[in-house]
Amino acid sequence: MTDSEKNVAVTAPQSTEDNRPVVLKVEHVAKYFRLPTEQATGLKMAFLNWTRGIKGYTEQHVLRDINFEVHQGDFFGIVGRNGSGKSTLLKIISQIYKPEKGKVTVNGKLVPFIELGVGFNPELTGRENVYLNGALLGFTREEIDAMYDDIVDFAELGEFMDQKLKNYSSGMQVRLAFSVAIKAQGDILVLDEVLAVGDEAFQRKCDNFFAHIKQDPTKTVILVTHAMDAVKKYCNKAILIKDGEIIVSGNKNDVADQYTLENLKTAKRSETEQPVNGQYPAGLSERVPRLEVRPESTPLIKTREPFRFCVDYEFNEDEEFYLTVTLFDMTRGGIICDSAADLRQTKRGRQTATFELPLDAICNGDYRITAQLRILPDPDDVQSNQQLAYTDETRSCDFALRISGNNGYALLNKNTMQVKQLV
Amino acid sequence: MKQFVNRLQNRYHYALVVFKELVKTNFKLRYQGSFLGVLWSVLQPLMLFAVMYVVFVKFLKFSDGTPTFPISLLCGTCLWQFFAESTGMGMRSIVDRGDLLRKIHFPNYIIVASTTMGSMISLAINLAVVILFGTFAHAHYTWRVLLVIPSIIQLYALSLGVALLLGSLYVYFRDIGHIWEVLLQALFYATPIIYPISMVIDRGYGWAAKVMMLMPATQTIMDIRHNLISPEYVPTVWQMVNNKWLCLLPYVASVFILWLGIHVFRKYSAKFAEVL
Repeated sequence: MTDSEKNVAVTAPQSTEDNRPVVLKVEHVAKYFRLPTEQATGLKMAFLNWTRGIKGYTEQHVLRDINFEVHQGDFFGIVGRNGSGKSTLLKIISQIYKPEKGKVTVNGKLVPFIELGVGFNPELTGRENVYLNGALLGFTREEIDAMYDDIVDFAELGEFMDQKLKNYSSGMQVRLAFSVAIKAQGDILVLDEVLAVGDEAFQRKCDNFFAHIKQDPTKTVILVTHAMDAVKKYCNKAILIKDGEIIVSGNKNDVADQYTLENLKTAKRSETEQPVNGQYPAGLSERVPRLEVRPESTPLIKTREPFRFCVDYEFNEDEEFYLTVTLFDMTRGGIICDSAADLRQTKRGRQTATFELPLDAICNGDYRITAQLRILPDPDDVQSNQQLAYTDETRSCDFALRISGNNGYALLNKNTMQVKQLV
Repeated sequence: MKQFVNRLQNRYHYALVVFKELVKTNFKLRYQGSFLGVLWSVLQPLMLFAVMYVVFVKFLKFSDGTPTFPISLLCGTCLWQFFAESTGMGMRSIVDRGDLLRKIHFPNYIIVASTTMGSMISLAINLAVVILFGTFAHAHYTWRVLLVIPSIIQLYALSLGVALLLGSLYVYFRDIGHIWEVLLQALFYATPIIYPISMVIDRGYGWAAKVMMLMPATQTIMDIRHNLISPEYVPTVWQMVNNKWLCLLPYVASVFILWLGIHVFRKYSAKFAEVL
C-alpha cells in the first residue's frame, strides 16, 4: 500500500513528443494575501496603526512556486481540497489577481468563468443579460449576434428571452449563464466547478458538449472541480494542489486517486483527548474515554489484499466486553457486515486491537468502518449486552476501494454473485 | 512592432465594447421601475431649480438684477448636479461593481468612465432643456456657444479625474464617502450658482471672489454660462483676475487632477479585486 502511495506522489514524466503549441504557461507563480489583523479599513485605524508602527496585517501564502503548461486541445483538470489555493490560481490565470512572483503567459482568447453569469442583472431581460455578459467576456455585439441563437437553444429558453431575469427560476438563470459560458467562442475556456448545474437532461447535454469539446483539437479547457468522475472522464491531464503547491501533476488517474486519498486523511485530532469541562466527545464517556478506528496503512486500496485496521480503546472495568465492528457502504448506502458479539476482548486499560477484513466480494466504492464497545453482564446471553461507547464520524475509519476493473453499480462484484440464465 | 499595434488595438477594442455595454446598462437601469422614466432627467433639475429660484431669488433676493440670472441659475444647477453626481457615483462605482471585479478581468477604469458617462448623458439632456428655456429667458446665443464644447470636455475631464482619485481611495477607506459629501456641499456654496459673484464683490470680499473663480469647477461652470447664456452678464476668470498667467491655473489644475486620478488609479487598480 505504501508503495502505491509513493508511486502516486511521484510526478508522472511529461510526454516529450508533445509538440502541440503551449497555450497557457504558468511559471513560478506565487501569491500571498495580506490579512488584516486589526480593523484597518478606516482612516482612523490606518492612521493609528501608522503612528504606532503596526503593519496591521499578516501575510498568508496561498500559492508557492506553481509551474505547469497547458497545450492546445488539452482538457486540463485542477483539483485540490477546499482552501488549497486552486481558486486563487484560477483567478491568477484569468488575470483577476496579480501574482507576487512568477508569470502567466496566455496565447489565445481566454474566457474565464470563475462564476456563472458575471454581471447578470435581475432588472434586465434575458437577451440584454446575454449581451452584457458577452461584452464583459470580450465579445462585440456582432459576435454575440452570431452565437445568440446557439446560446438560447442550448439553454432551452427561447420563449423567455424577453422576460426580465428576476422572473426566471434559479435553474433557468443558471442554465442561461452556463450556455453563455460554453457557447462563447473562446480558445481557452476556464471553468470553476460548474458541472453540477441544471436538471438531468441538461446535465446530459453538458456531458455531450464536454465530450465534443474534448475531441476538438483547437479548444482548450481548464476545469477546476471536486468531481473525480468528471476528471477521469474528460481530462487528459490534471494537477493536484495542496497547500499552495502542486503535489501531483500529469496523469489524471494518479491525480484523482491522490485526491481521494487526501480527502480520507481528514484533519486528525490530537492523540490524547482530554475531556473538556468534564464533557467527553460524542460517543465516549468516563467509562470508555477512548475508542477509535484507524487504518493500519493507506486508506486508498488498489490491490486485492485484505484491509487491515486497528481499534484503539480504553476500558478498565472487570465486566466481560466485546467490540462490534460494522462496515458501511458510503456510496450506495447500507450496512455490509457486522461482527455482532464475535470479537470478545480480554485486555483491560489502553489497548490496540488489530483486525483484517477481506474485500474480495465487493466492488469499488467508499466505505466506513465504525466500532462500538459493549459489555455483557451475562456472558452466556448475548441479548443482555449494553453499549458503552461508539465511534462517531471523526473516530471512524473511511477508506476507498479503487481496484482497476472492479467498478460496479452494485455492491457485490461478479466473482461473488452473478445471475445465471437457465432457459 | 505590428504585433504590438495589434495588441494595443485589441486591448482598447475590448475596453470600448465593455464601455458601450456598461453605459447602456447603467442608462437602462437608472430609471428602472420609475413611472416617468427618462423624463426625470429633465424634471429633476427643473424642480430643483424651482425650489432654488423661490428660496434664493424670490425670498432672499440673491440676484444681480440681470435678466439672465434665472436661466443662469438653472444652467449652474445642471452643471453642478453633473459634477456632484459623477464624482459621487464615480467614487462608489468601483466598490459597487465589486462583483464584476472579483469575477472577471477587464480594464476596471471602464467602470468609473461608464458611470461618469452616464451622468454626462443626463447633462446633455439637461443642457438641451437649458438652451430651450434660454430662448424665452433673454439668453444671448452667439458664436461663443461653440466654446461650450471644450469647456464641457474640461468639466468631464475634471470630474473623471476626481472620480478616479476618490474611487481608488474609497476602495481602501470608506470614510472618503462621508468626507466628500461634506466637501461637495462646501464647494457648492463656494461656487456662485445660487448667488451672483457680484454679491461677493459688493460686500467687500473681492479677494474671495478671485479665489473662488480660480477653482477649476467654478471656472468651468462660469465659462460655460458665459459662453452659452450671456457673454454680457456672466463674468469669467479672465475678467476677474488681472494676472493672465494666474488665469491659466484652473485649466492647468483640471488637467493635473485628471492626470493624478489616472496615475493613482493605475497604481492601485491591480489590487482592487483582492481588497474588495
